[in-house]
Amino acid sequence: MKCIVCVKQVPDTSGVVAVKEDGTMDRAAMATITNHDDLAAVEAALRIKDATGCKVVVVSMGPPPAEGMLRELLAMGCDEAVLVSAREFGGSDTYATSQILAAAIKKIGVDDDDIVFCGRQAIDGDTAQVGPQIAEKLNLPQVSYVAEINVDGKAVTVKRLLEDGYMTIKVQTPCLLTCVKELNDARYMSVGGIMECYQKPLEVYNYETLKDDPLIDVTTIGLKGSPTNVYKSFSPPVKGAGMMMEGADKATVEKLVSILNDKHII
Amino acid sequence: MAFNSSDTAAFKGVWVFCEQREGVIMSTSYQLLSEGRKLANDLGVELCGVVLGKDIKEEYLKALGGYGADKVYYCNHELLDVYTTDAYTKVICDLVEDKKPEIFLIGATNIGRDLGPRCAARLHTGLTADCTHLDVDVAKYKEFLKTTSTIDVDNTVFEENTNLKMTRPAFGGHLMATIICPRFRPQMSTVRPGVMQTQPYDEAGAAKTEIVNVDVALSKDDIHVDVIEVKKAAKKLVDLIGADVVVSVGRGISKDVEGGIKLAEELASVLGGVVGSSRACVDAGWITADHQVGQTGKTVHPRIYVALGISGAIQHLAGMQDSECIIAVNKNESAPIFDVASYGICGDLYKVTPMLIEAIRAAKAAK
Repeated sequence: MKCIVCVKQVPDTSGVVAVKEDGTMDRAAMATITNHDDLAAVEAALRIKDATGCKVVVVSMGPPPAEGMLRELLAMGCDEAVLVSAREFGGSDTYATSQILAAAIKKIGVDDDDIVFCGRQAIDGDTAQVGPQIAEKLNLPQVSYVAEINVDGKAVTVKRLLEDGYMTIKVQTPCLLTCVKELNDARYMSVGGIMECYQKPLEVYNYETLKDDPLIDVTTIGLKGSPTNVYKSFSPPVKGAGMMMEGADKATVEKLVSILNDKHII
Repeated sequence: MAFNSSDTAAFKGVWVFCEQREGVIMSTSYQLLSEGRKLANDLGVELCGVVLGKDIKEEYLKALGGYGADKVYYCNHELLDVYTTDAYTKVICDLVEDKKPEIFLIGATNIGRDLGPRCAARLHTGLTADCTHLDVDVAKYKEFLKTTSTIDVDNTVFEENTNLKMTRPAFGGHLMATIICPRFRPQMSTVRPGVMQTQPYDEAGAAKTEIVNVDVALSKDDIHVDVIEVKKAAKKLVDLIGADVVVSVGRGISKDVEGGIKLAEELASVLGGVVGSSRACVDAGWITADHQVGQTGKTVHPRIYVALGISGAIQHLAGMQDSECIIAVNKNESAPIFDVASYGICGDLYKVTPMLIEAIRAAKAAK
């Protein structure tokens, strides 16, 4: 058995969001982190490894600097890493991204008792689409919004979150699960792990590596192969400054309430 | 004829996936139908609701017409009672391949966000997630941009077309992107619950709804998961999205959590609203996740939003900055919440809130 975990390096949107003059985001100016939900997926896989001794392979599509993130995941205890990186892959929307990642996962190989993990969604795009789309391309059953996992041989029982409760779902391997960050608290890298992470295998799959897969075709990958395109992007107008009340005493509060009253807000 | 998603001319009509849970249609479906009605009118085409379930009451199906549907495709099968990705995807893709709709809208619920991408990948078409605004008409799109963007609309070139223009926030609302899917059909979009306005119910529309029973080809072998149980959370879902007034608490209540929440509840009850919260309170276990407002919580646009002790991280602002009137109480005068607040008070929420409750009570009593 092995666990294959798809991870994404994302800009840290909890810090300062840098916007370029043309209104697009200045990714270069922002710190990068491993996407939170993906980290939960990695931890879930590592816990299965702790219990069963299985192998954990992390795979990420992105520019070469994403190698740093993959090394960190190796230092956490993952066994192998694959970086999917090529100019031809750039500009992909979720459809094209899932084609490429599915091709990469096929190359890694999905055996009968394997589980593919993804995060529920990435904080930069917030689409929550790539996981289910990979599952479709690999013809695997999927369960999204997974908040608890129990593996018993080839049977996997999970808790899937709904807005107002949850479902308990049983699925057989091979399958794909998308995890929410409430699933667990990811472990830290260990000092030993950091020492070892540079000895662990990290392969780069480029266009040449994957081009023979039927999923990889100029009409289905990259900017040209993406069904969706950006028509316009824009910044919302800066909201007019509100009114800051002077002081914080009874008179201030009464003044505020009388303004609200006059404007028929209350 | 084989299905070909790139033969765009062959597709016609606007569809809305009308999600049901336990036999009851979710209110998101009414919002989507109301929005879909406008798109269908602009295109001069039919609006159809799609319902998958088991023995859904006919009055519920008819009611979809009351919110704008001309036709309801009803897929009735015992394996569609409870949602599974496999069954729903198969039935919907079969129907899309047969009837070829031009636009397909799905509510961005935990189920819609599971179903949408699976269908889009199978049909080979584009899907835009969590949209907050939809247009087909370029003139209407320009009107929309005039009030919501910094673009100089009159001096910008817009390509004229009837593609669905799907606008969604990115990066916590700092950037908006309008996405199109020009080469493939259907143009699919998941739409954030609570963002679109439900139009008034129309009895006459409901009466003339055409219900089409769809032959469902489905067997147990098509489904590769077992739903063992569906459990509702014990507590009733907080109706944040529909609330007129939301009083939210943030990390600022750490000093006295119970007292802070009690103050918020009291203020909410005086104003006739509900209690919301920031992510920090949910993470700390002070309040349940169904209260959470923000990017990963709920998007609200109430008439009044009161932020008590919330600093205003962009993830929170993304969920509430469109509220009509935002009142912020925070000890830190440089808190970013004050950038979006209509009225701000810099002070201790434990002192200010009781005074606020009292003053509002007095004002209401005087009326």
